[in-house]
Amino acid sequence: MNTLFSYLFSAIPLGITLLYGCVGEILTEKVGHLNLGIPGIMCVGGAGGALAIKLLRDSGLPPFLIVVIAILVSFLCGALMGAIYSLLTVTLKANQNVTGLAMTTFGVGVMKFIMAKISTITAAPGYLYALDYFRFPFAHTTNALKYFGVMLYLGILIAIAATFVLNKTRVGLHLRAIGENPAAADAVGINVTAYKYLATCIGSGIAAMGGLFYIMDYGGSPESYKTIESLGWLAVALVIFAIWKPLVSILGSVLFGLLYLAGSYVPGLFGINISLAQSELLKLLPYVVTILVLIITSVSKKRENQPPAALGLPYFREER
Amino acid sequence: MNKPVALEMKKVSKYFGSLAANRDVDLTVYRGEILAILGENGCGKTTLMNMIAGIYYPDHGTISVDGQEVIIKSPKDAFDHGIGMIHQHFKLVDLFTAAENIVLGVQGEDRYNIKEVNRRVKEISEKYGFHIDPKKKIYEMSVSEKQTVEIIKVLYRGADILILDEPSAVLTPQETDRLFEVLRRMREDGKSILIITHKLHEVLSISDRVAVLRKGEHIATVETATTSAAELTEMMVGKKVELNIDRPEPKNVCDRLEIKGLNMTDADGIKVLDDITFTARAGEILGIAGIAGSGQRELLEAIAGLKELDSGTVTFNRPKKNLPVSFYHKTFDEVTALAAEGKFHYEDGTPVDFTGMSHSQIKELVNSEKVLFNEDDIINLRDKTPIQIRELGVRLSFVPEDRLGMGLVGNMDIVDNMMLRSYRKGPSLFVDRKKPKDLAQKIVHDLEVATPNTHTPVRRLSGGNVQKVLVGREIAASPTVLMAAYPVRGLDINSSYTIYRLLTEQKEKGVSVIFVGEDLDVLVELCDRIMVICAGRITGILDGKNATKEEIGLLMTKTYTNNDTSEQAKEGEADEN
Amino acid sequence: MKTNEKRVHEPLFHVVKRAQIPLWQSMSIRVGAILIAFLFSTLLASLLLGRSPIQFLTTFFGGAVGTPRKVWNLAKDAAKLLCISLAVTPAFRMKFWNIGAEGQTLIGALAAVAVVFYLGGKVSNGVLLLLMFIAAVIVGAIWGGIPAIFKAKWQTNETLFTLMMNYVAIGLVEYFLKIWVTSGSGSLGEMKFGHLPTIGHKYFLLVACVLVIAILLYIYLNYTKQGYEISVVGESENTARYVGINVGKVIIRTMIISGALCGIAGFLIVGALDHSITAETVGGLGFTAIMASWLAKFNPLTMIGSSLFIIFLQNGASEISDMFRIDSSFPNMVVGIVLFFLIGCEFFINYKLKFRESAKKGEKA
Repeated sequence: MNTLFSYLFSAIPLGITLLYGCVGEILTEKVGHLNLGIPGIMCVGGAGGALAIKLLRDSGLPPFLIVVIAILVSFLCGALMGAIYSLLTVTLKANQNVTGLAMTTFGVGVMKFIMAKISTITAAPGYLYALDYFRFPFAHTTNALKYFGVMLYLGILIAIAATFVLNKTRVGLHLRAIGENPAAADAVGINVTAYKYLATCIGSGIAAMGGLFYIMDYGGSPESYKTIESLGWLAVALVIFAIWKPLVSILGSVLFGLLYLAGSYVPGLFGINISLAQSELLKLLPYVVTILVLIITSVSKKRENQPPAALGLPYFREER
Repeated sequence: MNKPVALEMKKVSKYFGSLAANRDVDLTVYRGEILAILGENGCGKTTLMNMIAGIYYPDHGTISVDGQEVIIKSPKDAFDHGIGMIHQHFKLVDLFTAAENIVLGVQGEDRYNIKEVNRRVKEISEKYGFHIDPKKKIYEMSVSEKQTVEIIKVLYRGADILILDEPSAVLTPQETDRLFEVLRRMREDGKSILIITHKLHEVLSISDRVAVLRKGEHIATVETATTSAAELTEMMVGKKVELNIDRPEPKNVCDRLEIKGLNMTDADGIKVLDDITFTARAGEILGIAGIAGSGQRELLEAIAGLKELDSGTVTFNRPKKNLPVSFYHKTFDEVTALAAEGKFHYEDGTPVDFTGMSHSQIKELVNSEKVLFNEDDIINLRDKTPIQIRELGVRLSFVPEDRLGMGLVGNMDIVDNMMLRSYRKGPSLFVDRKKPKDLAQKIVHDLEVATPNTHTPVRRLSGGNVQKVLVGREIAASPTVLMAAYPVRGLDINSSYTIYRLLTEQKEKGVSVIFVGEDLDVLVELCDRIMVICAGRITGILDGKNATKEEIGLLMTKTYTNNDTSEQAKEGEADEN
Repeated sequence: MKTNEKRVHEPLFHVVKRAQIPLWQSMSIRVGAILIAFLFSTLLASLLLGRSPIQFLTTFFGGAVGTPRKVWNLAKDAAKLLCISLAVTPAFRMKFWNIGAEGQTLIGALAAVAVVFYLGGKVSNGVLLLLMFIAAVIVGAIWGGIPAIFKAKWQTNETLFTLMMNYVAIGLVEYFLKIWVTSGSGSLGEMKFGHLPTIGHKYFLLVACVLVIAILLYIYLNYTKQGYEISVVGESENTARYVGINVGKVIIRTMIISGALCGIAGFLIVGALDHSITAETVGGLGFTAIMASWLAKFNPLTMIGSSLFIIFLQNGASEISDMFRIDSSFPNMVVGIVLFFLIGCEFFINYKLKFRESAKKGEKA
């Protein structure tokens, strides 16, 4: 039973890292932009937040405030990246794939740079020890909740809020309309460009918080960009798995987390003997499952489960 | 007229490049009236309406609503002034419900509440007599339902000036009746309704006044009650213009392409071809007249093997030339099999019997070219792909309406576009650019294509030159059937005449030419026969020499001929009203 | 009237697509963008590192092409990148967004390594190399072909599909490494067999092979019937159907070629350079290749230049990170910044800003 809990307690935070990236990407894809810069954005967000903690930790501010500021900084860093992406793809109509990949290259570089800077000036190089702050609200309780920091709940809240916004508000209706048929949205007077910027920047900001969550949960080292980058790509996969629904992505993120760590826990849990090699195969499962979901949705042709119809297509009004 | 003025346009002009789409148009619309905007294709009806709806911005002139001059730069501005347009191509989000589409873009103070929207949609529906389920998704809807959603969308925003762009084009007669019923109710409610149309019987049955446009200019606005179909047609088509297109007498005419009972429905479930039957003859130009979107495009694409038909036959009569048999196209086994069917004969007509001959004897006999052979005279083209059609030896050339989207590749140069149809020839892995290059140079020279050189991407050429390249290529394939859809659309006078000349040359060579056109003056001067279609049906086939523009104009807008099923009879009554 | 005039808020300019642009103009826009990007990176670096821009630039160029060894390194890295860039090009010409080059290359490398692992020493080196080549090509082709089949049959989104296939490939490499390497280190180490022969300089053969592929691909794309079909399908599927091209078949065939070329890249990396494999063997080059291919406007010969340029940036910048001890982050940042500027400048090549005349007219009235 103990193993099961520790399995869950490791998988859930990992999943929530994905959840941030995934919800952010869903928002961006809902307005028709496939943002392959998510891994880079998560890196920048992580690094930005870490830098904020680093700079503020000795400032005497209350720890709670430091965490809040770190989260805000991380969000703003992501939003800034989102703004660059939007400038290039929306205003300058650049190719989305190429721009996204350049964002990732750039973001990974920025993170490496900042993390290296932080670790060279920190007393104990390599780690941030931000965990103390990050778990602040529950630091004095002893139950399982202590294990999870604020950002875990925040992540779930954001996913629920995103579902609400997308499905129950006017803004959400407009966003979805733009991703499905920008010309129709334009025709009824929706400012397509503004909404694209809005969704991309907020989405990138949310994704960026995933990077910070990872750093605060696992401690940031100059090497953490590697994991964050790969989690970023997994987040893009999760969007497909969740068929563009933030609520589904909450479950999906936990499932992906479980699958990601299955190699380390499943043998002990079920008493199955699996080799190290086989545990590597288990790590593949999230991607394979995603591919299957992608295939099934495209074969079934069920309209509600398709990618946004205008995904990846630039919108230029004069080209009607 | 004691009704208040709702909208007024003064001296409105709009230019696309050097082309005037509208010139100094004055138009007045009153409250509580239905105004029909009548005119031929390309007369600027839709452009004019688009300026009211905020799609285009006028280059000159003013628009006022309720006596106040207004600036309408976007659809949103139009909505703010109570103007809403229902476009021919619906702008709806397929994945959304009717209600979601209707409320899309409405900035309300209140909280967004889809239940409230559903209720209001129901309310509007009941007020005007629409039948619509607000929770139904657009992709599950019929065209008429989609149109209803578009209309409610406009009403929901509180529009009291509604513009409908050819609303009946996509509707069945019953649906049209229902729509007109709704429009009348709106009129009683004090709304102003502008209907773009070119169907005379509709104009006469629903409108209070008619504004006629021709070639971008406003000809007149008349009271419907005081006018007649004949008068409107005359205003619409104008005086006959002498074009002096040379029309030689057809020679050696014979049936080439026989089309029987073609039916086709499009993706939206609309019938686009309805029992089309006609024959295209070698040595003459068959013109096809009709309002744009009446099925011309579908008809040609179906013949070319690009669209699937529901039913009907397309058969090709091969020119009855006796050809010497050769092994060039056929294997030995095929030749012997054909011989067994009695397909071979000597020059004097006696059948050839290969029985008892050795292979080498047969080969020698055949290669001596003494043996002649009639291939299948009648070839079925239905459900054949373009390649299969070519493999059957049918030289069918097709100049599609969408020149750069279908007929040519815009980003490729003239040479590469020359080989689009022929690059496959020969066993080599490599493309042969020698012949296409020669052909490109020949076409550039013969047709006077204005281009820096043959390596210029065709996208950069002007419309007329693009068309010369396309027509030149299709003619270079020495076709037996040549189909051309709107080959002179957007072309200047000189280029147009070049195209007419080319088509006539082909006709004289014995090619069966099918010409889909929109300018009636051209059709009556160029074509030997003119087939008129309306809403996917043939409404008449006229002799080109005697046909008049008025006659064609009436047929183009007359949905139903003498067929006497009940619903059509009913429609006929409406015609007379 | 006056009140109405005030309400005219026409935008100052609007965007129109350019019909054409002279080469010198488009090239000067690009060069300008690169220069601005350089200036920007230089300023950023001097700001962050506190060194003078001159010092920065000399280090940069010295690091990229300072010594013959560095030039060879540049050539080697550029050849690797070029090979993968070439591989993705046929698919891109067809507007098939294959972002799975990373996985296709890696899986090709894995196949080559597998051949060496199981057959190394049992057959002659020549046969071994041949088998490595065949295995890499076939497996790469399969990896590229699978998404294409689904695209052709069911319009499955190829961008997302190929992206996922990358991670499946990486996972498979990890899996086989665990099987092959039982010792604690976990890394395979350099294998003794299956080395490509050395001609002249140790990187010469690699560079030569890739250049040959570039030329062959250029010929394939521009002078063969299949290359012509790819262009037609890429430009307009409607036209392709009009002339009777089987679009699905072309998509599958082209992606198999793309995948096979990635396989060759994997084979070259194993046979000529690494003689081993890790999950990092391709190290993101599959993604960089997409940008190199795009920068070269999908022209295989221009791609030689764009690959060299990107590697030049990377190597120059990494010299800076070595010199000023700023981890290995700097190359990514510089490449990222330069790419942003290059991507952005394409807008000014494809579109132009048209300023409203009537804005002036409004003032008059």
